[in-house]
Amino acid sequence: MIIAEQKGIEELIGILEGHKDILVVGCRSCVAICLAGGEKEVGVLSEALRLHSDMRSKGWNISEVTLERACEKEWAYELDQLVEGKDCVISLACGVGAQVIQELFPDVRVVPGLNTSNMGAPEEQGVYNEKCGGCGDCVLHLTGGICPIARCAKSLLNGPCGGSQEGKCEIDPEVPCAWDQIYHSLEKLGRLELMDVPIPPKDWGPSRSGGPRKMVRSEAILTDEQNRMKGGKR
Amino acid sequence: MRSGSNLEKVLEDGRFAVTAEIGPPRSADPEPIRKHARDMKGSADAFNLTDNQTAIVRLSSIASGVVCLQEGIEPVIQMTCRDRNRIAMQSDVLGASALGIRNVLCISGDHQVFGNQKEAKNVYDVDPVQQLMMFRKMRDEAQVWGGDKLEEAPKLFLGAAANPFADPFEYRVRRLSKKINAGADFVQTQAIYDMDRFERWMAQARELGLHEKAHIIAGVMPLRSHKAAMYMKNKVSGMIVPDAVVDRLRTAADPKAEGVKLCVEQIEHLMSIEGVHGVHIMAVAWEEIVPRIVRDAGLLPRPSVREAIVHPYHS
Repeated sequence: MIIAEQKGIEELIGILEGHKDILVVGCRSCVAICLAGGEKEVGVLSEALRLHSDMRSKGWNISEVTLERACEKEWAYELDQLVEGKDCVISLACGVGAQVIQELFPDVRVVPGLNTSNMGAPEEQGVYNEKCGGCGDCVLHLTGGICPIARCAKSLLNGPCGGSQEGKCEIDPEVPCAWDQIYHSLEKLGRLELMDVPIPPKDWGPSRSGGPRKMVRSEAILTDEQNRMKGGKR
Repeated sequence: MRSGSNLEKVLEDGRFAVTAEIGPPRSADPEPIRKHARDMKGSADAFNLTDNQTAIVRLSSIASGVVCLQEGIEPVIQMTCRDRNRIAMQSDVLGASALGIRNVLCISGDHQVFGNQKEAKNVYDVDPVQQLMMFRKMRDEAQVWGGDKLEEAPKLFLGAAANPFADPFEYRVRRLSKKINAGADFVQTQAIYDMDRFERWMAQARELGLHEKAHIIAGVMPLRSHKAAMYMKNKVSGMIVPDAVVDRLRTAADPKAEGVKLCVEQIEHLMSIEGVHGVHIMAVAWEEIVPRIVRDAGLLPRPSVREAIVHPYHS
């Protein structure tokens, strides 16, 4: 899932300068799970903004809504009526959702209420760890199910650097060394010999380094006829 | 001869090599490098120029290496994977070779959180094993990575770093093996204070025959006070400094003299270990002590090998 956290209220208030009719939009998917932009957070932020507006006589008119999935046009289009007359949308969806909303409603300024961070997983309630670097060429089968691209501070592919001590990364004693984890995972799997296999320079073409990525699955694309039958809005 | 460097000749001659480290200044003024070069000339076979060590912006290692050549000492330029992608690395190694630099140490580099550019984006396009693969291909096959032909191959003596004090300990020698298989001709280790652990590491290296595949140069770092020892122990990543070392400096009447004595003893010990082909002295911010340490360790004069450095800057 996508891990994100809310921007500080002061920063957000600064961004809102000059706006009046504001719609706060959340998302029930990833950002709800990481407690950053679900229905509850939308409610809390909206209330905080109303209070601020009252105290500082901003005259803001704040309304709120939480989408099922802001990154899919079918769902995001539900904002159709709600954005009417608004001059600003605060997106508490991830950076993807915010862009989809802006694309659908080009006349309304969409501002990010979240800082979108990474692809990760909850470790426990309130704790989220990055797991995947989205490099487009997965090596987890070679690394004991632990991603060195996302989880090694140097994205090394051939084992731990000299800064790995007692299972910790040199950058912070709180950060586990991914290669130490990989080593012990491969040990449990009986595949330690994989630690000796040299991995040549990686092709970063499928990663973000190759430019923005577009995936086309031709068999899934609907024909004009199918689109008409589906009767969808977009 | 792969590169014809002085260091390569000393090692291939079976002589016990000495290398020393020069930290380039945080300045555009090359004079501190010239001064270190003059102070240390003749006390080591080659001199490492660190590459923005601890991620602090300094005069570049290649430029510093050229200053060393101008002063008539042989450089080992360090090159981190932190700051360059494979295009810059290959280009810089061609440039370094063109300028007369022969020895290149391939390292991952301290993470930028340690330095004065904490907000930097790091690169890590390749890791040190891959860097070695790339440079060896350039030298031996006259090809850049991907196969395009080089009209003239760079002349390189390739080095790798090894840290016997990092974890998992049981993997460290196999990691070194990977680096040697990828192209390392010589290896410089992290500074050694825990001799027992280093001996165990060397025993593992000999078991794999690594001491015959590459020249292992053991790292030492003279300490001038117990405070310096505490700093190394607590602040520098990947170091082990036993309490006995700290105590010895703390209780010494003359800590500096004791630091030199300790370093000399370490070198003598290291010379007795099978497979150790040299010593690398990292006298961080204490470069002027190197000649004395080398002399006290009985390693002077340095072997005079055939005129090794032929380059346009030699005066």
